[in-house]
Amino acid sequence: MDTTATVSDTTLASPETGYERPNYLNAAYGMRSWLLTRDHKRIAILYLISVSVFFALGSLFALLIRLELLTPEGDMVQPDTYNRLFTMHGVVMVFFFLIPAIPAVLGNFLVPLMIGAKDLAFPKLNLASWYVYNLGGIFTLWSIVHGGVDTGWTFYAPLSTQYSNTYVISAALGVFINGFSTIFTGMNFIVTIHRMRAPGMTWFRLPLFIWSHYATSLIIVLGTPVIAITLLLVAAERLLHLGIFDPRLGGDPILFQHLFWFYSHPAVYIMILPAMGVISELVAAFARKRVFGYRFVAFASIAIAVLGFLVWGHHMFLAGQSIYLSTIFSILSMLVAVPSAIKVFNWTATLYEGSISYQTPMLYALGFIGLFTIGGLTGTMIATLGIDVHVHDTYFIVAHFHYIMVGGTIMAYMGGLHYWWPKISGRLYPAFLSRLSALLVFVGFNLTFLPQFVLGYLGMPRRYWSYPPEFQVLNVLSTAGASILGVGYVLPLFYFIWSMRYGKRSGDNPWGAIGLEWDTPSPPPTDNFHTIPVVTRPPYAYNEQEVHDRTSHPEARVG
Amino acid sequence: MASTTMEPEADAAAHHHPALQHQFDSLEQQKESSTLGMWLFLVTEIMFFGGLFTAYVVYRRTFQGVFAAASHHLDVTLGAINTAVLIFSSLTVALAIWSAQMNRRKGIVFFLVLTILLGGVFLGIKTVEYSHKFHDNLVPGPNFHFDGPSPEKAEIFFSLYFIMTGLHALHMIIGMGVLAALIRPAWKGRYDASYYNPLECTGLYWHFVDIVWIFLFPLLYLLGAHAR
Amino acid sequence: MAEHVTSRKLYFAIFAALMVLTAATVAVAKIDLGALNDVVAMAIAVAKALLVLLFFMHVRYSTRLTALTAMGGFLWLAILIFLTMTDYLTRGVLLDDVPGK
Repeated sequence: MDTTATVSDTTLASPETGYERPNYLNAAYGMRSWLLTRDHKRIAILYLISVSVFFALGSLFALLIRLELLTPEGDMVQPDTYNRLFTMHGVVMVFFFLIPAIPAVLGNFLVPLMIGAKDLAFPKLNLASWYVYNLGGIFTLWSIVHGGVDTGWTFYAPLSTQYSNTYVISAALGVFINGFSTIFTGMNFIVTIHRMRAPGMTWFRLPLFIWSHYATSLIIVLGTPVIAITLLLVAAERLLHLGIFDPRLGGDPILFQHLFWFYSHPAVYIMILPAMGVISELVAAFARKRVFGYRFVAFASIAIAVLGFLVWGHHMFLAGQSIYLSTIFSILSMLVAVPSAIKVFNWTATLYEGSISYQTPMLYALGFIGLFTIGGLTGTMIATLGIDVHVHDTYFIVAHFHYIMVGGTIMAYMGGLHYWWPKISGRLYPAFLSRLSALLVFVGFNLTFLPQFVLGYLGMPRRYWSYPPEFQVLNVLSTAGASILGVGYVLPLFYFIWSMRYGKRSGDNPWGAIGLEWDTPSPPPTDNFHTIPVVTRPPYAYNEQEVHDRTSHPEARVG
Repeated sequence: MASTTMEPEADAAAHHHPALQHQFDSLEQQKESSTLGMWLFLVTEIMFFGGLFTAYVVYRRTFQGVFAAASHHLDVTLGAINTAVLIFSSLTVALAIWSAQMNRRKGIVFFLVLTILLGGVFLGIKTVEYSHKFHDNLVPGPNFHFDGPSPEKAEIFFSLYFIMTGLHALHMIIGMGVLAALIRPAWKGRYDASYYNPLECTGLYWHFVDIVWIFLFPLLYLLGAHAR
Repeated sequence: MAEHVTSRKLYFAIFAALMVLTAATVAVAKIDLGALNDVVAMAIAVAKALLVLLFFMHVRYSTRLTALTAMGGFLWLAILIFLTMTDYLTRGVLLDDVPGK
């Protein structure tokens, strides 16, 4: 038996007539209606704007870094300035883009829709989360305007607590405040998923996107407070000249690293788990097949969340950490690769004998699977003590995490935006341009970061403003790649905005996908569903007949 | 679990309760959600204070002797009195919620006020302690002076002491503020057996602050309590 | 709504128990038990915390999810402290008998 498909919604107004049904976008007009909204969908759009601004800022820093690295000599900026560039690139990208992007934009928009709820559990907290995000952003921007910070995004003591003469405290405060924004989102998701599922929506009927965001939220709640207190201690030590991390006064700088990485390692899972959730959705939709090994993928998300807290010492192999503990962390780091690998195998198995179409979201999903695999495998390489001794603090590490963050998370984010854009806006974007962008992103990305693996292995240190001349060719390739990548990211900005006004109306379910979010109009009404659905089908219950009935543009080839 | 209500008309009674928010189907769902939400926030607080406890445990083990000597300078009696005061205030806030469950409007207000007063007593005693430390030159900074070997390690003890108890006191002040904000609606009869979520959630927060102190007291004060 | 109401008697009893435990911890601290001092102090603190959690915070009468959430928080703090301490406990421990540690 089917879920109560809102057939009436699909026939009410057709794209041809252009009649604008009441939806969350036209429910009210004016700044106040946006800035004081409680609607999770509007808050998602607010976040979309904010994270895009910070992404642009972080990219600007990246551009300047790559420009400096075109030549072996340090000749574009001062070495101090270069330190500030890579620090602010890291701080902005990690805390203000990678961590919030998928959860606060796609998660906020989709979680209530996917579980059949009217909104999140705490709508006001959701809005507060956005304001707090911007408040943290303001402190960080303030520090940037005054010259930024030069400690690296990792704020290591005693550089951050004593020797740096940059605006450490305001940047740390910015990150501290931003942490609350993330915590509010995490709290909201956990309560919503536990308590607000529609009738019949049991745990194992949930889309894997929800499982991923649930696991992410667990990490957020357990880990973020630790970096908060750590940064507070850094600020206190810096202001009051305490000795908690100062070796001359009996303190231990490695304690800072323990506290810092206890959060910052799980933070990378905050960045990748939502992306994995997106990929599960994309792979199912564009292979027209349910995800292979659903329960394994669901439990793998939880396993990643738990195991992710037990590996932080692999960032400290060379810091002076006990060799015995390092060995334990190394083994545990191998272990955490397993659930990620399970997911990659299961996505691949989903594709096998699926009915695959190569629309833009699928291009990003396929890119993700390949690039994340490379990033993940190199991760197991550096989890090995013997290799890490050689490549720690080189470009090998830089390449590894960019493969995961950019080749992984950002590709998933782009894929998700392209997949759900019709749901969010009710519009389609130009197919050719979007596929071109995906291609540019893929090519640009690999050209940027593949050479960096080689550079790192050959010994080029990271965070250095100059390098030996024999590394120049690879660096030039990397910078060329970055330029192409940049174009690939800029194009969607233009065609998404263009589509809001001039894009063809998408109809409610242009992909013919299965999920509660597709059973409601595009764009959805403010309360999401005219009647709360009762769920009786398993997740991703694809079969050809159903797909044909659902697709509102059966003949159209969309994005 | 998730409500089984589907048609809005069917659950008329719940929908007429003024406190029911539109995203929820029933007061019960709302209560369970806000309680779970508060508990999740408390988990973040456990980890927040937890970072400080970690630092303390690490240094306590490394500098056992100096930390014991430094702890000797803390006033065990005042600390014990404060512990009793906080436990008492946990009782009073629990009784405020009990009053709501019993529809005793004035009882709610009485116990809220009593809790705030007890919080004030705690902070007053803390102020006395802090001023003693100031006069004894035990506040970390340029005026810090410790009689004994490794004064810099003693300074770490006092840094942690002030940060941990200071953060705790800050949480108490915030808690007192929230409790105070509940007095007016309580007086107006907004809370009763059918709805007292804000009281419950604030109570949970207050009890948590009490638990933090339950651990702070022995760790900081009782270290050097036995005579040497 | 069926909501468990704890009796005032129980609240007062828990309060009394907490007071007794507080007095006990102060008394024991004044006796030198060596390494046991820490153990006893922490055991008493844990007992007090449990009383507050179970009865004042109603965990005893709440859902399993609530209990799991509370337990999870403390468990995670234990992980942080334990693994970090392992570093300090095993640094400089050499398996071979090498002079000059």
